Amino acid sequence: MNLIRKYSQNTFFFILLFFILSFLIPKFSIFNNLLELPNNYKLPIAENITFIIKWLIEDASFGIFSFKEFTRAIGSILDAPSIFLKGLLATGFKLETTSGGNILIQPFSWISVIFIFVMIGVWLKDVSLSIFVAISFFYVAFFDLWESTMTTFSSIIVAVIIGIIFGTLLGILSFKFNRINNILTPTFDFMQTMPVFAYLVPALMLFGYGPAAALIVTLIYAMPPMARVTKNALDQVDSEVIELGQMVGCSTFQMLKKVLLPSIKPRIMLGVNQVIMLTLNMVIIASMIGAGGLGYDVWQSLKQLRIGQGFEAGIAITLVAIVLDRLSQKIASRRPVYHHMELNFFQKYKFLIVSFFVIIFTWLIGQKYSFLIILPQDLTFSSGRFWDGIIDYININYHDSISSVRDFFFIYLLKPFKLFMLSAPWFLFVLLVFILGFKIKGIYLGIQCSILVLFIALTGFWEKAMITVYLIGICVLLANIIGIPIGIIASQNDRVHKITKVIIDTFQTLPAFVYLIPVIMIFSVGDFSAMIAVVLYAIVPAIRYTDNGIRQVPESFIDAATTVGCTKFQILKKVQLPLSLPDIMLGVNQTLMMGLSMLVITALVGTRDLGQETLIALSKVDPGRGITAGICVAFIAITVDRLINAWSHNRKLELGLN
Amino acid sequence: MKKLLISFILPILFITFIFSSSSRADVPESKDTLKIVIMGYSGDNIIMQIYGELISKLGYNIEYTPADYIGQFAGMKSGDLHIGSPGWDTTAKDVMADAWGSGNVLNMGNIGISVFEDWWYPLYVKDKCPGLPNWEALLDPACAESLGTIETSPKGRFLEGPIEWGGTGNLRIEALGLPFEVINAGSDAALGADISAAVKRQEPILAWTWQPYWLPAMYPGEFVEWPEYGDGCYDDASWGPNPNKTHDCGNPTGFMWKSAWTGGESIWPKAYDVWRKFTLDEKTMGDLVYKSDIDGVDTMDVAKGWIAENENIWSEWLK
Repeated sequence: MNLIRKYSQNTFFFILLFFILSFLIPKFSIFNNLLELPNNYKLPIAENITFIIKWLIEDASFGIFSFKEFTRAIGSILDAPSIFLKGLLATGFKLETTSGGNILIQPFSWISVIFIFVMIGVWLKDVSLSIFVAISFFYVAFFDLWESTMTTFSSIIVAVIIGIIFGTLLGILSFKFNRINNILTPTFDFMQTMPVFAYLVPALMLFGYGPAAALIVTLIYAMPPMARVTKNALDQVDSEVIELGQMVGCSTFQMLKKVLLPSIKPRIMLGVNQVIMLTLNMVIIASMIGAGGLGYDVWQSLKQLRIGQGFEAGIAITLVAIVLDRLSQKIASRRPVYHHMELNFFQKYKFLIVSFFVIIFTWLIGQKYSFLIILPQDLTFSSGRFWDGIIDYININYHDSISSVRDFFFIYLLKPFKLFMLSAPWFLFVLLVFILGFKIKGIYLGIQCSILVLFIALTGFWEKAMITVYLIGICVLLANIIGIPIGIIASQNDRVHKITKVIIDTFQTLPAFVYLIPVIMIFSVGDFSAMIAVVLYAIVPAIRYTDNGIRQVPESFIDAATTVGCTKFQILKKVQLPLSLPDIMLGVNQTLMMGLSMLVITALVGTRDLGQETLIALSKVDPGRGITAGICVAFIAITVDRLINAWSHNRKLELGLN
Repeated sequence: MKKLLISFILPILFITFIFSSSSRADVPESKDTLKIVIMGYSGDNIIMQIYGELISKLGYNIEYTPADYIGQFAGMKSGDLHIGSPGWDTTAKDVMADAWGSGNVLNMGNIGISVFEDWWYPLYVKDKCPGLPNWEALLDPACAESLGTIETSPKGRFLEGPIEWGGTGNLRIEALGLPFEVINAGSDAALGADISAAVKRQEPILAWTWQPYWLPAMYPGEFVEWPEYGDGCYDDASWGPNPNKTHDCGNPTGFMWKSAWTGGESIWPKAYDVWRKFTLDEKTMGDLVYKSDIDGVDTMDVAKGWIAENENIWSEWLK
């Protein structure tokens, strides 16, 4: 125990030394030429990447067809199902008649779509879910968002299904083959942390402007959690279960299908939940590249400062997310029903048959009576003015007192930290990261991490990288300081748990822009507004993982603590918290990932970080520059992630877990 | 006889066939869907929707595709988008030059609306900075301070558009010795939110705005008057009031440019012809934008309203 204490003191000693030196060195002019990396050491990384991408798009070829034709073909295959669904649900189909005219076949009736979803709830024997689904869809219909919602729905359902299938496959592959895992883990880090704008132009070039590119971009961001969760779940399958499978003589495939996958199903559902949430997170960006739907509604309303309208469309996005999530969770946890007697065809498929007839019936009549296809405009309404009024009221009456909070944060937290990060010499950072890695795990981790940091210095994006570290660092810190206690409270009280779950689900799916624009109206453009948005988004995993982690502490430990006479507080402090620390640390890691993924949004409110760099690259049509900035973001994430992971692994060993 | 038939009559038949088929190749030449970009700005939406409704009168299949201002050029280069939303000299010069230079995107001429972007303030700022709209009023430290925020104090804050629009605020501040600092709003939505919130609580603000746009139409205000832009101001230091610096002048005005995918020219020649002829004047544009932004009429209804009232104008384009 003593040894451990000494060891941690040592690490903190180095961090302290780093801070002191960082303060002192810029004060002496002799070190001036050490502070900035000389220009001729900078590597032409961006230029080379631009060159490679131009080559891929323009010249690369497999002989018979070019690389671009290949990706285009994939794109049109990916497009087909969502275009078809969109036709069925939202836009209908245009058919050409022999005489050259057009006839429009209307989409399915809104009434029948609502009916089907309610029927699914009934089939799952969950009445409250049915009611929730019905309310959500009626909301969408009466707020005049039906067509947009169905457009969004048809594109994300395809993204979610592909994400789940490929995520699971990749997860299984990395479980089976260590080498694949070693390649995929950092790849996933890249996919999750690189700001979308960094690879938007290449994606548009290769997959075409439209749903396919939007789908690819969405998958890049939303699929990794599925693969990670699958792999982790497979890792944790009890060895006895596997032995049983081997004893009864399963083949590899049978083992997977009949033993492994069923036993990890509950855990995998967390991955499904994340794929759905993250997919819906991307709808605004997807709408910028031609996916349309609710994302476009939100973005357009906010551009014209119709906050209420943006809010309504944003809520529709959240409702779609929650409906999809709850339905999928419920379907997954459904148990097979055994009947006493043989059912005939009609009894067996009564729901399907009824649904089928309702769809066809309303669809056919709807070709003539349009009110069946979409709710007449006269019946729809908007609460837009109401919300605009509230924001105006707060802005006009409470601005002064609220902005003094901002000023306090700015003077005592944001500004000093920013100045410090910008003045600290780059080589000290490289050194610090090396020492931390070395102390926590060993020389290998130290070298690995310091190379990543050195790379950032060599790209020439050091200053923007430091602003990124400053902004996201503060946000992650705040998110954890606020989020972990909330998670702890939620873990102790079921009612709080339920309420927080609704709130954090909302924050994870409500497009950040919906609350960011009101925040800007009150706090004005700048780092503080960006900070609020990032904290609101990044706080979600801090709460979720803490809550889940504490709840998963085995009952027996708590019983034991109760019998020896621990108070509730003592149990929390001495049993639950230490045992759930690995989970909480995973939450910390995820707040970092979420925070960094918000760089896309912070750039849109004008922070001068790496996210902004990707936006500039976008407008200068310089893909290399954007991707290089994106790589820097990923490297920051990977460095911190590896250090935290190694540290929490050490803690696990100390606690005798695993 | 047979020889004559082959050498004489067949070519004639062939030629008449070609001519007849070309005259029969009526508009629309192709049933392929023509994708028209809309971006969600009222002014641009109205332009694109007027055009879209007109060519659907001719029988073309069209689709309005939502896209990003900058991103649409990549879409046109690859032929995924066909008719682009207008690009502004003031914000998309590089991107447009790159797109037109690639050969895959056509410059279809300008719409006839000059666009103007510069430093703007709501009228009540004049109380704090007497002398406005003349730029020299901004040299006064008290004026600058009243326009400042905690980030910039004691200097004033100039809220500029997103950095990727390529604003030159910093250079102008340096050249004219203004006690101001540039703060970038990362997106038009953020810029609009900040300005409109400040105006609502009557707080002094100095920000980047443009015309035609709903904001200067909605709130009473003025653009700062600078030494007028002239050739050389941006690259010749000796030009203008400061002999040692460039950018000592106001912003050059520019135009809204029409773009389209090159490959579409042969697929929908008539639709492209209409797009080339399409023009609107500034007064009309301002009225249309006002109808949409201030009166809250849907842009599509505004577009249809204009079509209904101005047949004499658009019938020329469709000829």
